[in-house]
Amino acid sequence: MQLSRDDLKRAYRRMVTIRVFEERVTQEFAAGNIPGFAHVYLGQEASGVGVCFDLTDEDYIGSTHRGHGHCIAKGVDVRGMMHELMGKRDGLCGGKGGSMHIADLSKGMLGANAIVGGAPPIAVGAALTQKYRKTGKVAVAFTGDGASNQGTVFEALNMAVVLKAPCIFAFENNGYGEHTAVSYACGAPSIAERVRGFGLPCDVVDGMDFFAVHEAMKRALDHARAGDGPYALELQCKRFLGHFIGDPQAYRTPSELEEARSHDPLPKFRKRVTEAGVLEAADLDEIDRLVAGEVEAAVASGMAAAVPDPSKDLTRDVYVKYG
Amino acid sequence: MSRKTYLQAINEAIKQEMRRDANVICLGEDIAGGQGGSGEPGGVGSVFGQMQGVYKEFGPERVIDTPISESAIVGAAAGAALTGLRPIAELMFVDFVGVCFDQIYNQAAKFRYMFGGKAKTPMVLRTAAGAGFRGAAQHSQTLHPLFTMVPGLKVVMPSNPYDAKGLLISAIRDDDPVIFIEQKILFGMEGEVPDEAYRIPFGEANVAREGDAATIVAFGAMVPRALAVATEFARQGVSIEVVDPRTTSPLDEDTILESVEKTGRLVVVDESPPRCSMAADIAGLVADKGFGWLKAPIKQVTCPHTPVPFAPVLEDEYMPNPRRIAEAVKAVLA
Repeated sequence: MQLSRDDLKRAYRRMVTIRVFEERVTQEFAAGNIPGFAHVYLGQEASGVGVCFDLTDEDYIGSTHRGHGHCIAKGVDVRGMMHELMGKRDGLCGGKGGSMHIADLSKGMLGANAIVGGAPPIAVGAALTQKYRKTGKVAVAFTGDGASNQGTVFEALNMAVVLKAPCIFAFENNGYGEHTAVSYACGAPSIAERVRGFGLPCDVVDGMDFFAVHEAMKRALDHARAGDGPYALELQCKRFLGHFIGDPQAYRTPSELEEARSHDPLPKFRKRVTEAGVLEAADLDEIDRLVAGEVEAAVASGMAAAVPDPSKDLTRDVYVKYG
Repeated sequence: MSRKTYLQAINEAIKQEMRRDANVICLGEDIAGGQGGSGEPGGVGSVFGQMQGVYKEFGPERVIDTPISESAIVGAAAGAALTGLRPIAELMFVDFVGVCFDQIYNQAAKFRYMFGGKAKTPMVLRTAAGAGFRGAAQHSQTLHPLFTMVPGLKVVMPSNPYDAKGLLISAIRDDDPVIFIEQKILFGMEGEVPDEAYRIPFGEANVAREGDAATIVAFGAMVPRALAVATEFARQGVSIEVVDPRTTSPLDEDTILESVEKTGRLVVVDESPPRCSMAADIAGLVADKGFGWLKAPIKQVTCPHTPVPFAPVLEDEYMPNPRRIAEAVKAVLA
């Protein structure tokens, strides 16, 4: 294992933060404290954290409608996130974006994106900036299995290859695009096989295993940073809950849902690092406690925080300058 | 100062801004042209020649020929702008916006607001628009109302070579996404254009001709037509004011209202089908804020509610022409 103890603690902490944050989002949504609708990342923690683990704040990610996990994986502060989800004035986006548009440019997080297939062209653009400025940085386009059928994604893949953009396409295949199975919606034998047809490598990876994702991402980063153009990963994941909070999921059998939970990335990670003797169970328990407190504090401060002021906030920030 | 065409004015603005600011890059289809062919690349310079010589001067790092993939072009420009560059993307014909509109109105236009004022998206989308080229239904539309109604976008419609250069330089230096609509029928129009770089601010209308009997508000390629009609009326001793807003977003409401206050009579000329057009928008503005000044009902001169036809005899009647504009002016003067 090449990762240090601190690395492993950081990886675990980010995964647990996603887990606790999303479980709490589910509760707060049900309690009416989070308006609108929300798509949670429960079950896919290893995927986002593995992809983002070696990225810096100067590397960019474009995300999806299921973007909370990507934010946390990229190091975005959960307090600002929870406040944003609650529509509060001091949320990350001033309460104007919400769950589906949450962004933190200072962390290289170019936004969740409520348009399926919306982010990949933007990520190609962010990658072109890195290529033009010779920064050695990359952009990652998180894309779901549903978006893998979108024309924008095909255009982005092809253009990234043609222009040798340092762009990594992270296809998180969680089995369902909204409420329709990938086996039904994807006409190709697999996402990876179709992606390879665009002329870039695409590795199929166990997206429920942090170590597998991290290893694959290292290959992708080496490739992109060496100037060899884009790289893709098909991260095979399990979605623990429905498309959105409250989705009754009649299209999934109880046994399928149970089976999905058997792939839970958190116990898998815990087992591996403790059995290898790199971390003690107590180290991980301590992280669990810290994260629980952090999320609890974010909810408490979010509940108490002020909402935006329509007289000041409704019409501002449409433009940098207008008229 | 020297005489240049509308096309040369656009080309000069792009080259001067690229010399001034290394963050300005261009991307689009055949903006260089000839990539991968057996001959030299760079000889096309966009289908109407707006990018002639740009590739030769700035090379493939800054003048990026793309596949025919408009969503990827516009999205990549938005992503590059969001991460610090100032891209100029070209949408060959505005009609092609249908295959990439999401990246314009849901993405680039909304980043700043959705992200709570923390994002800047300084990109320009240049695009050729308008009828009169026998291009038929999918290569002849204007579509400026479509962009104008989207908060977050700025929309520019230059009506002459001087404005084309000054407005394009402003667009490139602007920190918000700008749709720069080039009027195909004006590419060969000549006028005085200073050699040095200069800016024309957005949201400041040009009173292209002063008058006191009636006001014509016209947009883009309709401005020269309105001016021709005004010249005819002047020969009969009737002085018509012609207001060219230059940008539909932001819109200089004050200059339009001041003109109507002076003349009391308004004709709006807009190369667009009538529903939700700029003609309807200006008529609504004046009805709302200047009703008391009106001495006659407002007249709107637009295209009919049809696609753009191919046959020349049909297309000529489709576009607002001097005869129809003159009839409208006579009606408001009656």
